[in-house]
Amino acid sequence: MAADGAGMASELTRLTAAEIAAAVAAGDVSAVEVAQAHLDRIVAVEPDVRAFLHVAGIGALAAAEDVDRKRAAGEPLGPLAGVPLALKDVMTTTDMPTTCGSKILEGWRPPYDATVTRRLRDAGVVILGKTNMDEFAMGSSTENSAYGPSHNPWDLTRIPGGSSGGSSAAVAAYEAPLGVGTDTGGSIRQPAAVCGIVGMKPTYGGSSRYGLVAFASSLDTPGPLARTVLDAALLHEVMSGHDPRDSTSVDAPIPPVVAAARHAGVSGLRVGVVTEFSGGGSQSGVRARFTEAVELLESLGAKVVEVSCPHFSYALPAYYLIAPSECSSNLARFDAMRYGLRAGDDGTRSADEVMSLTREAGFGAEVKRRIMLGTYALSSGYYDAYYGKAQQVRTLITRDFDAAFEQVDVLVSPTTPTTAFPIGERADDPMAMYLADLFTIPSDLAGNAAISVPCGLAPEDGLPVGLQIMAPALADDRCYRVAAAVEAALQERWGGPLLAQARELGEQAGDGR
Amino acid sequence: MAVMSITRAEVAHLARLSRLALTDAELDHFAGQLDQIIGAVARVQEVAAEGIPPMTHAVPVVNVLRDDVVAGCLTPEQALSGAPATEQGRFRVPRILAED
Repeated sequence: MAADGAGMASELTRLTAAEIAAAVAAGDVSAVEVAQAHLDRIVAVEPDVRAFLHVAGIGALAAAEDVDRKRAAGEPLGPLAGVPLALKDVMTTTDMPTTCGSKILEGWRPPYDATVTRRLRDAGVVILGKTNMDEFAMGSSTENSAYGPSHNPWDLTRIPGGSSGGSSAAVAAYEAPLGVGTDTGGSIRQPAAVCGIVGMKPTYGGSSRYGLVAFASSLDTPGPLARTVLDAALLHEVMSGHDPRDSTSVDAPIPPVVAAARHAGVSGLRVGVVTEFSGGGSQSGVRARFTEAVELLESLGAKVVEVSCPHFSYALPAYYLIAPSECSSNLARFDAMRYGLRAGDDGTRSADEVMSLTREAGFGAEVKRRIMLGTYALSSGYYDAYYGKAQQVRTLITRDFDAAFEQVDVLVSPTTPTTAFPIGERADDPMAMYLADLFTIPSDLAGNAAISVPCGLAPEDGLPVGLQIMAPALADDRCYRVAAAVEAALQERWGGPLLAQARELGEQAGDGR
Repeated sequence: MAVMSITRAEVAHLARLSRLALTDAELDHFAGQLDQIIGAVARVQEVAAEGIPPMTHAVPVVNVLRDDVVAGCLTPEQALSGAPATEQGRFRVPRILAED
């Protein structure tokens, strides 16, 4: 790069993924320069943000060199070649540890790459490292990570959301233009909302679970986080699609998400406001920004109606039976025999005793609570009253969606009931923590598509609010079309992206240290 | 609908089923929290669900089979690479049967 190296390097971290990819493809900047600029940014802000559990300095530069070599040789480059990315530490990677934020997998090097990891590498995406998360993706704040919480770049004393909070914090702190998260009850959309960025939960089965360490297999869905709707769509297209290695992968073309993000518009679109999620129960500033966003959609030509989904209020209790039940089964694999921690193996104790001591030492409080809750819900005598009933509620919620989508094209709600809460506030109050996912859980239970896009700051605390847009299964493109329209209209009003209103990290000295 | 409560003894039983060697302090702490959570999730029982089929999965699940041909798999070295203890190319585990 030219004379003003440092200035140019810091500008590189402000570019969108689409801009970086175009500049790399045109030869205006090398992929190595882009990677180095982001690695420098990571060095500068990580002491405050703590988004990463592992930074792959040498590996990232090698991947970037490979992109530059291919370009020099005239080989075709993918649409995101040379773009840096922050990968949630729940996706297996052969060249980096995969811990899931848990002590039980500390230092584990998987012998295979997740399909998502493989697709990112094949596309020339430069993986900068692995991001922090609530242990095994159970949580809404990253406080359940065994390695300490990440911090929200808007206010370092607050949570960045979770469970994909490391990825959302990294993207909001300009450590990477793109992040990968996974959504089981809201774990992509909620962290995106509280960090003022875009996060998308694709249709269940639209993105592969192969190599995603399982939490609740009927719900887990990988998806993109980004600073713009178009960037999220570009990543969605690169990471998704049918995978023969995942038996629940949908064998259908990826919905045209990039085209939808490029052709924003809501004129004539029927938008449903979910009655049950638009009233009380939310922070006043969240309600105010949501109401404005609905008015905006109307002014852009959408036909807004109110739609009741009467069973949505049972989504949270049903989720906290179904997800723990699946978790109690999935996490049985951590048995101290084949990988991960082994504790108490002194030559006298039995395998059973070693297993119990290992799981006691290796799992954190929330994981233990959910394993026991799931074991309870699946016990004979309680199965019909809890797990069976929750599965019926899941049917009723899906029917509510089906009825709603006969009247409207998309449904909208706030993404979360509150803005980012202070670190520590709900750490040992599970029920309070669970409420963070109140509005996001229905789409997980039904398996349809939903996105969160920034819609302003709550006046009372100056923190970001997210607008959630829900669409039928396999209509992921509708989420992008509406989100891009909202983004364009609001950025015109704000005179730039919402994230530009956040204080620079260096100016928050003293916060959260 | 009566709210079920869970006793400390029941939590201890769940911990044993879950292979978690909880401490006494954890048992005290979790018993209170699980009681609160179970009380909250029991709300699903309010829903009249006569004749409503259970939904196990977001998309209809059917068997997915691949062609019966040899495909790549992990080498023994790769499979053992994360093991806490190995012996003679196998996972070494603590004794699984009692002495007597």
